[in-house]
Amino acid sequence: MSADISRRRFVGTAGALVVAFASAGDVSYWRVMAATDVGGAPRRAAASRPGDPSAPAGEPPLDALDSWLAIGADGGVTLYSGKVELGTGVQTALAQIVAEELDFPVASITVVQGTTGRTPNQGSTTGSKTVQTAGPAVRRAAATARQILVALAATRLGAPVERLEVRHGVVAIADGGEASVSFGALFAGHRFDRAVDPHAPLKRPAEYTVVGQPSPRLDLPDKIFGTHLYVHNVRIPGMLHGRVVRPPAPGATLQSVDETSVQNLPGAVRVVRRGDFLGVVAEREEQAIDAARALRAVWGSGTLGSEAGDAAYEALYDRMRADTAPPESLANVGDVAAALRGAAVQHTAEYRTPYQSHGSIGPSCAVADVRSDGVTVWSGTQGAYALRDAIADLLGVPAAVVSVIWTEASGCYGHNGADDAAADAAVLSQAIGRPVRVQWSRQEELGWDPKGPAMLMQVRAGLDGRGDIVAWDYMVTTPTHASRPGGKASNLLAGQLMGRGLVLGTVGGDRNAPHSYAVPNNRVAVRWTHESVLRPSAMRGLGAPANVFAIESFMDELAARARTDPVQFRLRHLRDPRAAAVLERAADLARWDRRPSPAPRRRGSATAALTGRGIAFLQYENAFAYVATVATVEVDPESGAIRVRRMAVAHDCGLVVNPDGLRNQIEGATIQSISRTLEERVTWGPSGVTSVDWSSYPILTFPAVPDAIDIALLDRRDAPAWGAGEPAACPVAAAIANAVFDATGARLRELPFTPTRVKQAMAAAPVSSVSEGPGRP
Amino acid sequence: MRDPIVLTVNGTRHETAAAPETPLLYVLRNELQLNGPKFGCGLGQCGACTVHLGTEAVRSCTLPVSAVKDRPVRTVEGLGTADSPHPLQRAFLEEQAGQCGYCLSGMVMTAAALLAATPDPTEEQIRTALAGNLCRCGSHLRILRAVRRAAPPRRNGHKERRP
Ligand code: FES
Ligand code: FES
Repeated sequence: MSADISRRRFVGTAGALVVAFASAGDVSYWRVMAATDVGGAPRRAAASRPGDPSAPAGEPPLDALDSWLAIGADGGVTLYSGKVELGTGVQTALAQIVAEELDFPVASITVVQGTTGRTPNQGSTTGSKTVQTAGPAVRRAAATARQILVALAATRLGAPVERLEVRHGVVAIADGGEASVSFGALFAGHRFDRAVDPHAPLKRPAEYTVVGQPSPRLDLPDKIFGTHLYVHNVRIPGMLHGRVVRPPAPGATLQSVDETSVQNLPGAVRVVRRGDFLGVVAEREEQAIDAARALRAVWGSGTLGSEAGDAAYEALYDRMRADTAPPESLANVGDVAAALRGAAVQHTAEYRTPYQSHGSIGPSCAVADVRSDGVTVWSGTQGAYALRDAIADLLGVPAAVVSVIWTEASGCYGHNGADDAAADAAVLSQAIGRPVRVQWSRQEELGWDPKGPAMLMQVRAGLDGRGDIVAWDYMVTTPTHASRPGGKASNLLAGQLMGRGLVLGTVGGDRNAPHSYAVPNNRVAVRWTHESVLRPSAMRGLGAPANVFAIESFMDELAARARTDPVQFRLRHLRDPRAAAVLERAADLARWDRRPSPAPRRRGSATAALTGRGIAFLQYENAFAYVATVATVEVDPESGAIRVRRMAVAHDCGLVVNPDGLRNQIEGATIQSISRTLEERVTWGPSGVTSVDWSSYPILTFPAVPDAIDIALLDRRDAPAWGAGEPAACPVAAAIANAVFDATGARLRELPFTPTRVKQAMAAAPVSSVSEGPGRP
Repeated sequence: MRDPIVLTVNGTRHETAAAPETPLLYVLRNELQLNGPKFGCGLGQCGACTVHLGTEAVRSCTLPVSAVKDRPVRTVEGLGTADSPHPLQRAFLEEQAGQCGYCLSGMVMTAAALLAATPDPTEEQIRTALAGNLCRCGSHLRILRAVRRAAPPRRNGHKERRP
């Protein structure tokens, strides 16, 4: 054990991280290891090799094998992953990939994640890209390590490499009786000091025995026994509790603070003010909460305008429609205007989606310890290195003295408040010179997390006499879907309150705006609006769920105009066999009855529930996973309530690493998207966001969850593995809208599909569309 | 100085210096370092903080510590451990029920109280019992399967008998 570590003890009990110090004067502990090391994983050099030009200071070089893998003293394997667990199971999938190439048991692999100086900088964990992009890097590292270990074993056992076989981390001579040696016995505690070999021989997918098999998730036991280490459980000696006092609305400035309003409260309350950033710190958590409530402050008015609720949304969509930003072309083929003029049928529609919140069940939380000679931040961030740089910028210290130790948070589905909470804690800790833990309230989380922004999709198309699409004209109006800190304080909430301006680009709103169908005259454009009432950022799928909602609802509208079965109509316009395969598979799974929508309505009670089925399809980012989803719904004609009874999902993301993990993701993405489709809308008024708890921002609950989600995985063993956290979220809204149309003849074009909106749409639906057909007696 | 409040948590007696109106959750987490119960909303709306008070599942985020009185408190840590899991915890593992897991202690504790009172619940009873427990990751169907699996064998003929 190195001298560095012998001075302190790491005690992991009941999911808590307690860092204890041998001497109070020890200030070097910002180099402490990630809490995941508590299990006895090996200590390793944190910094890059001196003079190595390939990695910035403090970042393990990407080409060095030791940056990725270590064999510990106990013979266990540690994987160092720049990508982090957000609840999606990626650490298990990555461990499976290592296990496969290394021939080592999955359950004996420890994954150290997202810690500056210790894990490679692989960028943020976003976009369903961990298995897709980090998987190959990890695979090459494991294959390189295996090559080295087998060569060492050959020397040790006195047998040529060709005669050796590896099983469960033990190298043996084939048919050689007892002669064998384990990786641990060969290499425990050693460094490889070698580069990752890009040409290390990889197993062929046909040989896989671990990848492609369901593997129990490494993190679930602790989560089920209540002992998992979440960032919410990190406790540091001397730590105090902080809370930020938020302005009533974005843009409101702090006029005055009456510190006497909290001076008699228990807990040695201290008030911290930095520009418009206002916070309190107290000894106990409940004292900090009380002090934040009691602190009297006078704020100016915010920037949310004078309208509220529906009126605020109408005004927003009006401004978006009238936006004069020049559209950016995403596709332009043929002569759309001429083709529309010559079309037998022209059809136009507009779709709208609202602001939505990540709604993490655990609010954002972080611990920061800012000392004169170093800063340590424990955070559930998606990007430890980017947060490190942003915190350094915010505090005015060099990035080299800042360490970010990723510690799992409550699931996030994109850019939630995790980074902001880290910044809050850092500002408070810097101000008072003690470690500070900040945990947001429910109201802060729903009020201030970066939101998936509202979007407006306008589309028109023309059909020829045979019912084929001859022209397609699509425009999406959207703000950016990315405002991550990206190394700058300006995109941290605390940074903005301290005078930095939020920097917004143009990212993600155009995701899946182009469709996958063969249309001879095709125009697709995005208009990047600056109309963003609330801070917009990445939420599961970015613009893709909204674009797919519009495209796939509109395809259904066209199919109805062409009096064609919706599956058949899509197949007729698809040229890609993998696309056709998921559509057909989903239809089979749902026992799809081939006929045009809406369903012929049978005679019966006017109050009986109406049932219908709808399908939607996408290829994620027009380049990756294919998904088709069928929704089966019941609509209560009296109340307008939609009950989703069953979902059927056919999913092709290439090679499947962990089939059960993938099913878990598909189920989760589907259920969360049903929630976003039926219930979720952020509302605001002049004095701030008004959907700030679970009654004003309801999400799907157990009684409303479907009876079942049927899933078909189209495993393509020889294809690359594509990400799977987001694609299945995208078709859900259109599948439900199309099913409601099938059931009722009413078309829903604005999320969420509340009972009121369903009733309105039903009242407006043309009578003919619900009363014809062979089903009528 | 007021007298310290006395609690019995997972069979062990504790004194707390917390003010009487302090929600039980803060005492469990910050004083007793029992991290199973989670803060989710502090409003009684999400169930993440669920613990047992006697046989009843309660929301520790809104329950003043002084209201516990002499009723025994049990957290998920007191329900079962990796070495000696409660049948529900085993069922959650077998079903791989969970993603981020933040909601899970609350789910397990709510379901455990349900099964203790209603050993053979209908699907509707399970869903109703869990209606106040929110999960954002969408693990619901797996959680429902886990609760059904932990229910006694006459509904699940092939399952082993609960101890
Ligand atoms: S934290 Fe107690 S119900 Fe949400
Ligand atoms: S598993 Fe993440 S909230 Fe339920």
